[in-house]
Amino acid sequence: MALMNYSQASREAIRDAMHADENVWCVGEDLGRGGVFGQYKGLREEFGEQRISDAPISEAAIMGVALGSAMAGSRPVVEMRFSDFALCATDELVNQIAKARYMFGGQCRVPLVSRHPIGIWRSSAAQHSQSLESWYTHIPGLVVACPATPQDNYSMLKAAIACDDPVVYLEHKNIWAMEGEVDRELEYQFGQASTRCRGDDITVVSWSDAANRAESAARRLAEDGISVEVIDLRSLWPWDRTAVIESVRRTGRLLVTHESVQAGGFGAEVVATVAEHAADALQSPVRRLGAPRALISYAPNLEDTVRVTTEMIENSVRDMIAGQTTRANKT
Amino acid sequence: MSKSRATRGSNLDSDRALSLLTMMERIRAFEEQACLAAERDKLVLGAIHPSIGQEAVAAGIMQAVNPDDFLLSTHRGHGHTLAKGAEPLAMMRELLGRAGGCCGGKGGSMHIADFNVGMLGANGVVSANITIAAGAAHSMKLQRDSRVVVCIFGDGAINRGPFLEGLNWAKVFDLPILFVCEDNQYSATTRTSAMTAGDGAAARARALGLVDHTVDGNQVEEVADIATQCINRIRSGGGPEFLHAITYRRTGHTSFDPAAYRPADEAVQHEQRADPINRQRELLTLAGKDKSELDRIHTQAQQEMTDVLQQAAQSPFPDPALALKDVQDIGSPEQELR
Repeated sequence: MALMNYSQASREAIRDAMHADENVWCVGEDLGRGGVFGQYKGLREEFGEQRISDAPISEAAIMGVALGSAMAGSRPVVEMRFSDFALCATDELVNQIAKARYMFGGQCRVPLVSRHPIGIWRSSAAQHSQSLESWYTHIPGLVVACPATPQDNYSMLKAAIACDDPVVYLEHKNIWAMEGEVDRELEYQFGQASTRCRGDDITVVSWSDAANRAESAARRLAEDGISVEVIDLRSLWPWDRTAVIESVRRTGRLLVTHESVQAGGFGAEVVATVAEHAADALQSPVRRLGAPRALISYAPNLEDTVRVTTEMIENSVRDMIAGQTTRANKT
Repeated sequence: MSKSRATRGSNLDSDRALSLLTMMERIRAFEEQACLAAERDKLVLGAIHPSIGQEAVAAGIMQAVNPDDFLLSTHRGHGHTLAKGAEPLAMMRELLGRAGGCCGGKGGSMHIADFNVGMLGANGVVSANITIAAGAAHSMKLQRDSRVVVCIFGDGAINRGPFLEGLNWAKVFDLPILFVCEDNQYSATTRTSAMTAGDGAAARARALGLVDHTVDGNQVEEVADIATQCINRIRSGGGPEFLHAITYRRTGHTSFDPAAYRPADEAVQHEQRADPINRQRELLTLAGKDKSELDRIHTQAQQEMTDVLQQAAQSPFPDPALALKDVQDIGSPEQELR
């Protein structure tokens, strides 16, 4: 066990993976100086400029080159700098990477990890703040990961690099400095949720940094005798249906909360799945708590209007326990 | 343009010349059969993009590479793939969506790949193969491997972003790759010159510092000569090069396209004046080869591809269970349905 932050945990995962397999290489803008958030700090010195490779500001080329290198025997880790910029490489990710194995009849695998820093962080405004995880869950061929703790950022990134599928790896910018104990021996399997806290009154399903807020809300609610079970999905494709359905069957209530826009969000998939498989267990209507379908502002007070906070999660749970049926978010 | 063996006349390497003619005849015959399968037999359900008239580029470039070198191609890639060494029966089965196709019937004409012969895929998105090819070359550099990559794209591709991004990348990282712009003068159904600013493909490559060459893409000896020189330099560490091969697309954009948007006699004139197969036959005749020998090459290619179509048409469709196979290992649709 070692104490490290979310950023250091990802760096250690890459370091260990690069020591274990010489075919692993990282490519992205500004990696040589440690990456725009310092996630690659020290790796250039350790592994050299070929394996920790700088790139021109050419997202389509970064992604396309990574695919070509994977088809020719390498295992690339792609850095997209901000998830928003990955949209410049959408053809490469969606039309090429996700489809290469299938279209070519299984002649190749694409062992590739595409790291996309997501989320609202320090007045970054509309083009540096998005959380677009639900888009990628819609694309056959891709695995979608949303680690929310240092331990998960270590174990999940290692699992992502080791697996032969392309993984869209979404790290939240707001928690780079979040500290926690990391056990290097702990292995992650995609599709495994983690139950952050056990409870009997309501199930709250979340992922990424929103899961941390849900956990904080659950601790406050516990002081008032409300017993909340918080499930952090961790990976959205595949996702842990079994854990969610089993929990809802026990608690009879479901709130799904995420930072991204509520409309068309992955929360809708979670809610629909529960409706299909456990509607009979529900004691009250399910509720979603996501962002309004609005853009993310620069001014801090405007930025706050689209933020899903710990207080909002707490209030939604109180409403649901009290039998209130007003919608949390009229979108 | 380089001084070729062809223009030196008596220096013609007749073994190579015959082999180039044979490959062009096989490509032509394959595509003629594919067009018949589409139009006459209704056996090809999707679109196919013939390269009839462009065979010298495929045959000339591919004779310069090794079997284990890599190729990335386009939606108009039957010729490149065949010349790289793929089996025509597996290719025809793929066009017909049958079991035993190169990609098991999942890709069709636009996504043919044969990794066994280094063919890492045709592509349905114009220009997309350029960055992917640079990646295959980047991997060779990382692995200190001496294989080289050939990336063939059309003239339409030079107006998409990946052209700039991929060429810049290849130069910055000094990668072992030959970019070939196979210029058939049409971007789908529009003349490329009407939609392209500046001095065109080679000038753009030159602006990025690549060594560039322009060649008559209907003269297979010249294509083969220059490609061989390029590949030799690239393999010995000379960095990326760019070859602009000017040719002509005799058919419409797809086999179903009558190409009514161009002058009625344009294709006919091209056939009379610059058909690459006719030109190669003339050259071989001048070098003393019998017409009967050249005719036999033609007949054998016709027979081979007629048989290929017949066999492919008798092949079964793929097992329906394969529809959900090879999407991904983790979170696969097969696991979802359990």
